[in-house]
Amino acid sequence: MMAREKMQILVCGGTTCSDGQGEAVFENLNLEIEANALENDVHVVHSGCFGLCSMGPVVKIVPGNTIYTKVSPDDAREIVSEHILKGRKVERLLWKDPSGNTLVKEDEFAGQKKQLRIVLRNCGIIDPENIEDAIAHDAYAALSKVLAGMKPTDVIQVIKDSGLRGRGGGGFSTGLKWEIAYKNKADQKYVVCNADEGDPGAFMDRSVLEGDPHSVLEAMAICGYSIEAGKGLIYIRAEYPLAVARLRTAIAQAKEYGLLGKNIMGSGFDFDIEIRYGAGAFVCGEETALIHSMEGLRGEPTVKPPYPAESGFLGKPTNVNNVETLACISPIILKGASWFAGIGTERSKGTKVFALAGKINNVGLIEVPMGTTLREVIYEIGGGIRKGKKFKAAQTGGPSGGCLTEKHLDIPIDFDNLTAVGSMMGSGGLIVMDEDDCMVQVAKFFLEFTVEESCGKCAPCRIGNKRLHELLEHITKGKGTLADLDRLKNMCLVIKDTSLCGLGQSSPNPVLSTLENFRDEYEAHVSLKKCPAGQCKDLMEYFIIEENCVGCTACARVCPVGAITGERKEPHHINPDICIKCGACMEKCKFDAIIIQ
Amino acid sequence: METIRLTIDNKTVEVPKGTTINKAAKEIGIDIPVLCWMELHDLNIENRPAGCRICVVEIDGRRNLAPSCATKCEEGMVVRTHTTRVLNARRTVMEFILSDHPKDCLTCPKSGNCELQTLAHQLGIREIPGQEIAAMSTYRKDTSPSIIRDLDKCILCRRCEMMCNEVQTVGALSAVNRGFMAVVAPAFEQNLEHSTCTYCGQCVAVCPTGALTEVDHTPEVLRALADPTKTVVVQTAPAVRAAMGELFGMKPGTLVTGKMVSALRALGFDYVFDTDFAADLTIMEEGTELLDRLNRFLQGDKTARLPILTSCCPGWVNFFEEYFPDLKDVPSTAKSPQQMFGAIAKSYFADKIGISRKDMVVISIMPCLAKKYECQRDEFSEDGNPDVDFSISTRELAAFIKQANIDFNNLEDGDFDAPLGESTGAGVIFGTTGGVIEAAVRTAYEIHTGKKLEKVDFTELRGFEGVRSATIDFDGFPLNIGIAHGLGNARKLLNDVRSGKSLFHAIEVMACPGGCIGGGGQPLHHGNSEILKARAAAIYEEDRNKPIRKSHENPFIIKLYEEFLGKPNSEKAHHLLHTQYFDKKKKIVVKQ
Amino acid sequence: MNAVKSPEELKSIKAGILKRMNEKETVRVKVHMGTSGLASGAREIYDFFRLELEKRNIQASVTSTGDMGYSFAEPTLEVKRPGEDPVVFGNVDKLRADEIIEKYIKNGELVDGVLPANYRTINQ
Repeated sequence: MMAREKMQILVCGGTTCSDGQGEAVFENLNLEIEANALENDVHVVHSGCFGLCSMGPVVKIVPGNTIYTKVSPDDAREIVSEHILKGRKVERLLWKDPSGNTLVKEDEFAGQKKQLRIVLRNCGIIDPENIEDAIAHDAYAALSKVLAGMKPTDVIQVIKDSGLRGRGGGGFSTGLKWEIAYKNKADQKYVVCNADEGDPGAFMDRSVLEGDPHSVLEAMAICGYSIEAGKGLIYIRAEYPLAVARLRTAIAQAKEYGLLGKNIMGSGFDFDIEIRYGAGAFVCGEETALIHSMEGLRGEPTVKPPYPAESGFLGKPTNVNNVETLACISPIILKGASWFAGIGTERSKGTKVFALAGKINNVGLIEVPMGTTLREVIYEIGGGIRKGKKFKAAQTGGPSGGCLTEKHLDIPIDFDNLTAVGSMMGSGGLIVMDEDDCMVQVAKFFLEFTVEESCGKCAPCRIGNKRLHELLEHITKGKGTLADLDRLKNMCLVIKDTSLCGLGQSSPNPVLSTLENFRDEYEAHVSLKKCPAGQCKDLMEYFIIEENCVGCTACARVCPVGAITGERKEPHHINPDICIKCGACMEKCKFDAIIIQ
Repeated sequence: METIRLTIDNKTVEVPKGTTINKAAKEIGIDIPVLCWMELHDLNIENRPAGCRICVVEIDGRRNLAPSCATKCEEGMVVRTHTTRVLNARRTVMEFILSDHPKDCLTCPKSGNCELQTLAHQLGIREIPGQEIAAMSTYRKDTSPSIIRDLDKCILCRRCEMMCNEVQTVGALSAVNRGFMAVVAPAFEQNLEHSTCTYCGQCVAVCPTGALTEVDHTPEVLRALADPTKTVVVQTAPAVRAAMGELFGMKPGTLVTGKMVSALRALGFDYVFDTDFAADLTIMEEGTELLDRLNRFLQGDKTARLPILTSCCPGWVNFFEEYFPDLKDVPSTAKSPQQMFGAIAKSYFADKIGISRKDMVVISIMPCLAKKYECQRDEFSEDGNPDVDFSISTRELAAFIKQANIDFNNLEDGDFDAPLGESTGAGVIFGTTGGVIEAAVRTAYEIHTGKKLEKVDFTELRGFEGVRSATIDFDGFPLNIGIAHGLGNARKLLNDVRSGKSLFHAIEVMACPGGCIGGGGQPLHHGNSEILKARAAAIYEEDRNKPIRKSHENPFIIKLYEEFLGKPNSEKAHHLLHTQYFDKKKKIVVKQ
Repeated sequence: MNAVKSPEELKSIKAGILKRMNEKETVRVKVHMGTSGLASGAREIYDFFRLELEKRNIQASVTSTGDMGYSFAEPTLEVKRPGEDPVVFGNVDKLRADEIIEKYIKNGELVDGVLPANYRTINQ
């Protein structure tokens, strides 16, 4: 037999994958292995996602790294008899790229992978508490390149040419920001790292700080050199204790190695970094609010101009960049502006980290080039929708963003395209919703967050968002009218138009975009008093199908309010006026006689 | 000066660089409504949080509407102040604000004088859509000896906070909580009494709504007047007569001394006296103390504390007891005129008319809210009977007069009663910044040099500059005088005193910007500093018109010393007219 | 450690570190211990490897790193056998950890929970 060398067959998916076929493939392969008495030489194992979900289930055979796609359970026999026993590849199952070329090796397959890790390049790779490990992975090489012979204006030009835009939400050109700070002359300037990550579900900044803190420190020093600032401050929420601890260690080690502090690498450039703690207020991600918080004042925004680049921390020119933005700096310096500018779309360069959450199989962080489509993100990286349900919408930009729907699945995701369809990039939260999600409830959920997180300084955000939330609540209770939808829209537009800072200027987006994309769902709530997704409790009615009811009385016995009546062995009835919609009856019924209408 | 040209509502306007859109619009007769914004131009005080978003305008090329109060003009800017978009936004924001504001205008102390009410009227708000499902942010009411906080009515304009922190540096009020429950309050939402509040009342003076108001003592006054067993004596502070006319529709700066006296008499007060009399008495005591310290200092006595600080202002006294308790031996020990008056009324005068102090009720009419607290201090009472029973503000008196159907504007001028109603021009100018020290100089100069003053007007001591200084030639000795109004300015001078850097021999401090004319109990200025200037001018006018303008020449003062007190700073004078100060630095106690 | 005195010195330090790393190449286990990993029990797995590898007399280094973003499969860890590409395993509990030691580390046999690297790196 051929299988002298031990072989392994990896099968992706299993129970989580969309079609569930992976498990059957896995079982059949095992049966074939057993049938051929190969148990000792060939192992079949479950693997995670290959990021090829539309081609799944995927089977990989090592050694050789052969990738088979769209494998059906019936293919197991052929794979074993041909590939394992005879060493002949099953041509028809080999993975083909869109041009029809058959790729056989994972190395080649790698070029087709949707993810590209720039920001997350070292996360999970290096020991964040060991600076040597970081240096071995090129930490401080960019800083050393800068100090060895680049003028501040050179560095700024490289960053400008790279097309890097702020990853914190605004999308402003990072190079331009540095240039403005550089041009404002002052005896002291500051570089601030905004690590006040606050979008619900987003945690890419935390991951970078926990996994690769030196990338941020190095970038801050490069920025300091470029804008001629001697001091760096990291504003981080105190709820990130691990990130704080690793940052502290990293700063101490960098100082010990002379990579921070006085006369860095003999260049005469001094740069020090301190940590400042925030209490985790969402609004403190707004740069003027952040600066006030660092100054010990109430964390609330002030009118811009003046911009921090003119008058920031303690009135000095201050450059504020977010963690993910900073994490892009060193690779740009080392690999060049054109390398970075070659990734992404025309006006959005590089990659973006997204935090996948919601009804998607592979929740977690992914990093993809700008311009990747939502379809690719959800179906080829995220493993598709949970339980094989239907995709309904995806919220990008967190509470400041809007939802993308099926018609947006193939739009290349970048700053401008997202804004054009009424959402925004934000910090990269991506929450996926399926057919069971009520979009009015979704909008309400995000509003609840902004109502909680508004600083209260300006009236439209402080009161307006509360009123929006109340009206949405009213609608989900079935008490809304068609006229309320117009009022809702007007309130949204005015809040956006008049709020003081980005929080209020974007907080109505979830309402506006669901109203725009799912108007029929809102109308169903106000006109028909129905929630199409069956999520709005007040609009549900529990109902017993007489034909299915055997009169076992289980439901009546479990009902806490006595809403169910009926004679034993006769069909029962639910009195909707008494029913509190707890769902206990439905859970108890063994005959599927109780449904929600 | 660099200027900028821009277009507002199709009109071109040229303004100095740095001008805001709101002010530029005013230049060409466009009055963009404002709510949170407030300015006391001549005092260099501005509140500009850009929080209410009422004054928004449309600027070509900008994505969002911009607050005109906080947006500076730029060259070539095209601004529109009344497009449909602007008007809809302004109305909607106003509806938001009103949706979270109590609708009890009928019984609100600010009704008729409320900026929110005026604006709602101006914007033609007739209903608040969605009010039936709108929750209201509600808070615990807080009543202190001087000030009532009804924060349900707070609109977060932050004016009080700006006054308390930036102008007064008292730090009692700041924004607390987030979002819908955000409100301005003492730390941990404690009561004002447990905060560092000095009761200066400047928060009340600028509050656009009924969120901050004075404690109303008119019911107590009415009760005293109705009690046949009580002899009710009233004293009126100098700043009251220079401002109260405003509450009866008169031009700011109209003196209503005579009408006020008649009104008080009509209200039923048994004796209508003048705090100015006690101001003259203060000069005798404080002036003598100054000269004593000065002479000892000149003779090389190291224990002589200089500079001497005035002590007439209760907000100021509260301030240094809170923030500078280590310097509590520096201020003059002389009581304030209000308290000197009370002490003399309930001793000398009560004896004179043959009643016991228990049968006398002393009421003061003050431009001040801290006076309400001051008259309640333990050290100003005898066996639980206070020297001054109740203090009511200018606003309360005006309201009281209106309630009593008195046609104030058509009253004949009345005269104060003798003997405690006689005063000099020196007593009058106590009502404005620089006045106390000017009055003191008039007397101290003549006593110190033994020469008669040729010119009693010391214009170098007058003005609205926050910190002023002047050197007065005391017949060869240069007397250095410092003046501060506003507690923030006082703090600057106090810091110098604490660090030993102060070169002054005497410092006058008044807690309120402008002095008592700008007190927390005065008619509201609504951010118009011209009103304060007019009141100051009225005070100096009254001084000019007085036949006697030096305190030590007041015949009734002379008589008081002859008959009763002996000499200034005598033992009896000390007992009745001087006080001591306490360390009141707050220990932070958080009550859950 | 003396401070790095020039950009060139940093290069030689890096070269030195790499040399040292390559000289004593053993099995390397990197347990992903960011907040997501720790919240799913990565600490226990880390301790398990430290203890068990020593007990079973296997020359290996065990270090902690940040998370790779595989929140759906935490705790995750990476094992690199000398001369081979690293392999990431997900949903590692003690049972699977034991299996990883016995099958993969000892014999190079893969076990359930392999997470294929579905991304390109900066240098690819």
